Amino acid sequence: MSENNKDDFRIKTRKWLEKNCPMSMRGKTDDIKELFWGGENTSFTSEDQKKWFEAMYHKGWIAPQWEQKYGGGGLSILENKILLQEMSRLKCKQPLISFGISMLGPALLKFGNENQKDKYLNEITNGKIRWAQGYSEPNAGSDLAGLQCKAEDKGDHYLINGSKIWTSYGDMGDWIFCLVRTDFEVKKQMGISFLLIDMKSEGVMTRAIKLISGKSPFTETFFDNVKVPKENLVGELNKGWTIAKYLLTHERQMIGGMGGDDEKFNPREIALESFDLKDGILPNPILRNELSEYEMDDKIFSMTIERAIDEAKAGNESGAASSLFKYYGTELNQQRMELIMSLTGSSELIMDSEKNKNGYIAAKFLRSKGNTIEGGTSEVQLNIISKNILGLPTK
Amino acid sequence: MALVLNEEQQLLKESVKDFLDNKAPVSALRKLRDENISDYDDTLWSEMIEMGLTSLTINEEFGGLEFGYVALGQVLEQTGRNLSVSPMISTVLMSTTFINVLGNVFQKNKYLPEIAKGNIKICLAHQETSHFNIKDINTELKGDGDSYVLNGEKHFVIDAGISDYIIVLAKFETESNYIGVILRSNSDGIKINISRLLDDRKVGDITFKNVKIEKESVIEINDFKLLERVFDISSIGLSCEMLGVSLEAFDKTLAYLKDRQQFGVTIGTFQALQHRAAKMFIELELCKSVVIKGLKAIDSDLSNLNEIASLAKAKLGRTIKLITNEAIQMHGGIGMTDDIDIGFYIKRARVLQQTLGDYNYHLTRYAEISGY
Ligand SMILES: Cc1cc2nc3c(=O)[nH]c(=O)nc-3n(C[C@H](O)[C@H](O)[C@H](O)COP(=O)(O)OP(=O)(O)OC[C@H]3O[C@@H](n4cnc5c(N)ncnc54)[C@H](O)[C@@H]3O)c2cc1C
Repeated sequence: MSENNKDDFRIKTRKWLEKNCPMSMRGKTDDIKELFWGGENTSFTSEDQKKWFEAMYHKGWIAPQWEQKYGGGGLSILENKILLQEMSRLKCKQPLISFGISMLGPALLKFGNENQKDKYLNEITNGKIRWAQGYSEPNAGSDLAGLQCKAEDKGDHYLINGSKIWTSYGDMGDWIFCLVRTDFEVKKQMGISFLLIDMKSEGVMTRAIKLISGKSPFTETFFDNVKVPKENLVGELNKGWTIAKYLLTHERQMIGGMGGDDEKFNPREIALESFDLKDGILPNPILRNELSEYEMDDKIFSMTIERAIDEAKAGNESGAASSLFKYYGTELNQQRMELIMSLTGSSELIMDSEKNKNGYIAAKFLRSKGNTIEGGTSEVQLNIISKNILGLPTK
Repeated sequence: MALVLNEEQQLLKESVKDFLDNKAPVSALRKLRDENISDYDDTLWSEMIEMGLTSLTINEEFGGLEFGYVALGQVLEQTGRNLSVSPMISTVLMSTTFINVLGNVFQKNKYLPEIAKGNIKICLAHQETSHFNIKDINTELKGDGDSYVLNGEKHFVIDAGISDYIIVLAKFETESNYIGVILRSNSDGIKINISRLLDDRKVGDITFKNVKIEKESVIEINDFKLLERVFDISSIGLSCEMLGVSLEAFDKTLAYLKDRQQFGVTIGTFQALQHRAAKMFIELELCKSVVIKGLKAIDSDLSNLNEIASLAKAKLGRTIKLITNEAIQMHGGIGMTDDIDIGFYIKRARVLQQTLGDYNYHLTRYAEISGY
């Protein structure tokens, strides 16, 4: 793309966003629950939210890089980068939050057949189906490949029995993409398949799990003699582990990238609100040091994301990058929330006052502890880096 | 401003790597140290000049190649990897930058073509106390009209013993008025005392006693921001060398983890070591990003160069410390010996950390720039 075309695209995009993004869809988001998640169990919370989603959908910018036939916009990496920059300049809220876009979509694009792509990708971009992720089990966490939830071949369908755990928004999902065991006799990675399951099927049940924040955003999910049509198998039978890992790289990139441009939680702003400067300097040298150290790492992490995009454009993509971003991004986000807790002192410890929205900073702080666990723990990411990138031996 | 190298820069990086791997590996530094005959290898330097390495950041109108600082950065990364000793830092990075940014047309015409051709070496005398701080300067230029005198002392001047010229940073008349002076190193009134540093390289203490200065040798500094720019560019250049030092120390350590056997297995199977290695790898990836960002920021004249330069020098300062410490620890006893090269890396690292400001200096400066 030439410099001219680039500028041209930027200007057109900016104009379009300015015209089509309602004012109430710009600015800080206190809670991602306020955003539109799609699916049958959710509805728009405002007229503006609906208008914004529809405008972006018709433009193809719900999943800007997907092909137009799947409801995408067919943008290049570079155009997508420009679009994201312009959206963040105007502080546009995301029109749709969806595990379909960030996780299932990329896997279907790579491993799905044409029917599956056509049906499911379109239902992701038009917001009809909300997906949940059925990977973890009570006895298969970091050792995910040890999963036991089984799918038996019954001729014209599979019969599913078993359970999943930590299913984020399992109670809100319409469909769930699941890893199931289809062969118990082989090496554990070789007997896993990737299945798409309608959560309205008979025999699917969820039970809420209460978290340390008091909220229940995830569930246990049970499958009791659930029948799943054979056409819902993605890729080949017993080849699901490859798909699972590919999907995880996308999940990790998403988790690693979150938190960064969350306007509300800028530690520097909070520091300047909480303390008066003396001679232009924060009065507490230790906090000043913590803040500048955090900002150093945060800024350089952003440069690293920028560099990874540029490298990908130049054709030097490395698959292991997702572990790096997952590890560093989540550790950094936790550091940021810890810093904010120190900067705000006791005031954000109150949990039942309208003044601080019932302690939502403390709730975010607690939630950030999950970042280094979900999508594969920090330790697991370090294992992957040492094995796959550094080539360190396991035995 | 894509954060990747173009083809020309990639090619330069590879050819410099081949060249230095052959001509100036760590064994060359060992030899310089053990024989202690000269401060650097003149034959090597001649070949570097022939390759055009002295003219990368000099504009074509002054006889340079005009490849820019991204190109120079690739060279410095490789000199870092090999711990190659040469006047690159003093003459090509610091002094050339000083003249590029602050010199007048006459001075550029006089010195830059000579640097490009490799006819002269120049050192930059700025530091006066144990810690880098350009605000801490007492060396003074006095006089009016056509003739001036210079008085003061400078310390830790890199390559003071081998340079034909010295650029001196001084004050003129008032506390806030900075001025540069460029003069022959054998001028009357100059005394140079050479010391060997931890990294086996040489620096000089220089005293200036009533040194006569011609008007044409005075480099005016009308804007403190431009003086800062000289040191910001130099800090980014040093960060490139620090990246090279860190990458090589890490590679050597990784190779050792795959080789050394204990308890009947290679030590690289121990998760306690694996996780530390993975964290070092991640830190190095971040370092690569801030370094390329810094180099590109120089060449494309970004206005927040000061911020990026301090981020780079701080981040590299912290990372090079982590990596050289872990390098020794993971080598065990052999890491403490002069027999293997790893010790040379921690010694060079500590000198580079202090040069032009350490982690504390630059993190504090970053906070200042950021308004808190
Ligand atoms: C907020 C949140 C949302 C989630 N959402 C979903 C979801 O939607 N769908 C889904 O399927 N799952 C989800 N998960 C589950 C998540 O993927 C698992 O919790 C995670 O993979 C860790 O598994 P575990 O909880 O069984 O911990 P364990 O595997 O039991 O780990 C316990 C500790 O041991 C360490 N450990 C384990 N193995 C090793 C090893 N080999 N080397 C070093 N250390 C090791 C771990 O790092 C950890 O510190 C979610 C989790 C969280 C916290």
